[in-house]
Amino acid sequence: MSSLLELKNVSKIYGDLHALDNVSLTVDKGEWIAIMGPSGSGKSTMMNIISCMDKPTSGQVIFDGDDITKYSRRKLTEFHRDKIGLVFQQFHLINYLTAVENVMVAQYYHSMPDEKEALEALERVGLKDRAKHLPSQLSGGEQQRVCIARALINSPELILADEPTGNLDEANENIVLDIFRQLHKEGTSLIVVTHDPEVGEVAQRIIRLEHGRIASKK
Amino acid sequence: MNKKRRMFIRMIAASLVRRRSRMVVALLAIIVGATILAGLGMIYYDVPRQMSAQFRSYGANIIFMPSEGTFISDDAIRSAISVIPSSELEGYTPYRYENTSIHNIPVTLAGIDFTSVQKTSPYWHIEGEYPSSDGEVLLGAKVALSLGVKTGDKISALNSFEVTDNMDVSTVPEYEMYEDPATGDVYCDHQLDLTVTGIVETGGSEEEYAYISLNDIEYLTLVKRGYDIVEVSVASTSDNLSQYVTKINSDGQLSAKLIKRVTASETEVLTKLQSLVFIVTAVVLILTMICVATTMTAVIAERRREIGLRKALGADNSSIVGEFMSEGIVLGGIGGILGAVLGYVFAQLVSINVFGSGITFRPLLIPITIVVSVIVTGAACLIPIRNAVNVDPALVLKGE
Ligand SMILES: Nc1ncnc2c1ncn2[C@@H]1O[C@H](COP(=O)(O)OP(=O)(O)O)[C@@H](O)[C@H]1O
Ligand SMILES: [Mg+2]
Repeated sequence: MSSLLELKNVSKIYGDLHALDNVSLTVDKGEWIAIMGPSGSGKSTMMNIISCMDKPTSGQVIFDGDDITKYSRRKLTEFHRDKIGLVFQQFHLINYLTAVENVMVAQYYHSMPDEKEALEALERVGLKDRAKHLPSQLSGGEQQRVCIARALINSPELILADEPTGNLDEANENIVLDIFRQLHKEGTSLIVVTHDPEVGEVAQRIIRLEHGRIASKK
Repeated sequence: MNKKRRMFIRMIAASLVRRRSRMVVALLAIIVGATILAGLGMIYYDVPRQMSAQFRSYGANIIFMPSEGTFISDDAIRSAISVIPSSELEGYTPYRYENTSIHNIPVTLAGIDFTSVQKTSPYWHIEGEYPSSDGEVLLGAKVALSLGVKTGDKISALNSFEVTDNMDVSTVPEYEMYEDPATGDVYCDHQLDLTVTGIVETGGSEEEYAYISLNDIEYLTLVKRGYDIVEVSVASTSDNLSQYVTKINSDGQLSAKLIKRVTASETEVLTKLQSLVFIVTAVVLILTMICVATTMTAVIAERRREIGLRKALGADNSSIVGEFMSEGIVLGGIGGILGAVLGYVFAQLVSINVFGSGITFRPLLIPITIVVSVIVTGAACLIPIRNAVNVDPALVLKGE
């Protein structure tokens, strides 16, 4: 299988702290990877570098054959728009927009807002009847599902989720994992950061980080 | 493109409506600024008019009135004026009043000489021009208002009277005269066509007359007679003025009276007042801008996370600037409209309290206020938006 993403000797150094220390990793197309490790081990740093929100101190990040660390600002914007979908532990919904409008914002920057499609995405995450609610009127689990609907609306090649179930109860965690399973079946690549072994288990591969280094791959 | 624009409007409307408790602070700042801008703007334009209303007596300082039951003759004026040294005499204007009707509305006509009236009533504020020949009329603002005419319009004055033997009717068209068959008396409906060359605003009773040449008033009445009043402008000390008045009165041909005249330096004070209004307006604009900028900085700082998120969703800087600026512009527009209305009320209150009369409404100030309000708000938003756009989405979105 061809590789979608390749980290080559990536380091991120804050002062004398090596948040990421010479990390190399290959992710294949359609692969589902879990990244686990104790707090402060560099998981979020790694996700930020993969999602191009942060630049590594050294090393290369190859996505679809391009070194994305060398992207211009315009190319980066395109990359965010077209290639990846982000799922956050804190959901980060826009609080004055309804669920369906939050999904449409992603369409708006990607191509063309389409309320019908956005409603379909909400239906996929089981929230069709919540479409007109504001985030403050939704439970944590529901907000996370809106966040996922927003991440998948533009059919990205890669979904990056940093602690997506960190703020959810077990029932909602299972709903989210079901959605991930479905996306995986459809061929979307997933990188999921978690400290929850159950969430890690469902992935095809678990990468364990410790002190910014890969401690084990499974 | 259409769907995209619709979403753009939907987002901005949602932000303004659903976040209205936050927007109210910014909006209030804009409204206050726009109100003061519009209000002071109206006052600024109205000061010269109000000034002449206040200092209407600038100019003439002696008036001649006829002795009882007569009119003032040219001879009487000549001999009275000869009392005043010609080096001190600035000018004098005889007035002859006649009641007529214009378009069925009763109007008092005043026959004057338009060159000399500019000497004795320099405070007159003319929209348009003074008449320069016969057949032209200068309307008092109140007359113009009740007739509903403006500069350039044509009107006709009608004077109905009984023709008497001493009248020269050779200039009167045949069709204007008719005879009462019962008594044999001849009547005349004499008409005079006039072109409005200007409208005079003074804020005083001068606005209640229509001014035409002395020739025209004689033509309209077919009567030669003296004047009702003469305004005289003399540059002299008050002691001298009293002496002249006493001397003229002792001659007995007419009665002279001193009226209070305001010195030129006092009108300078008012010109300075106008510059003061201008400076205050500029300062208020700057303060509004600072206030709006501060409020917007706070409003936008709250939304750093949202900006980070939008960038993470693939928004480029220019579209974020566009979205936030549009919100500012809409706020500026709303604030401008409300401010223009409140500003008019504010100017009215100030004018009534300070000058004792209402303000002239200047419609042009409404679009100007809205445009300035939008520009000022836009400019005030620019800096906080530019700063916020440069946020690093990773830092903003990172946990906590
Ligand atoms: N912007 C930053 N400046 C300085 N140190 C940072 C910064 N971001 C992360 N770190 C440090 O890098 C290490 C890894 O952080 P992070 O990737 O957030 O860990 P994790 O997500 O695994 O809990 C931590 O020690 C953290 O304090
Ligand atoms: Mg983390």
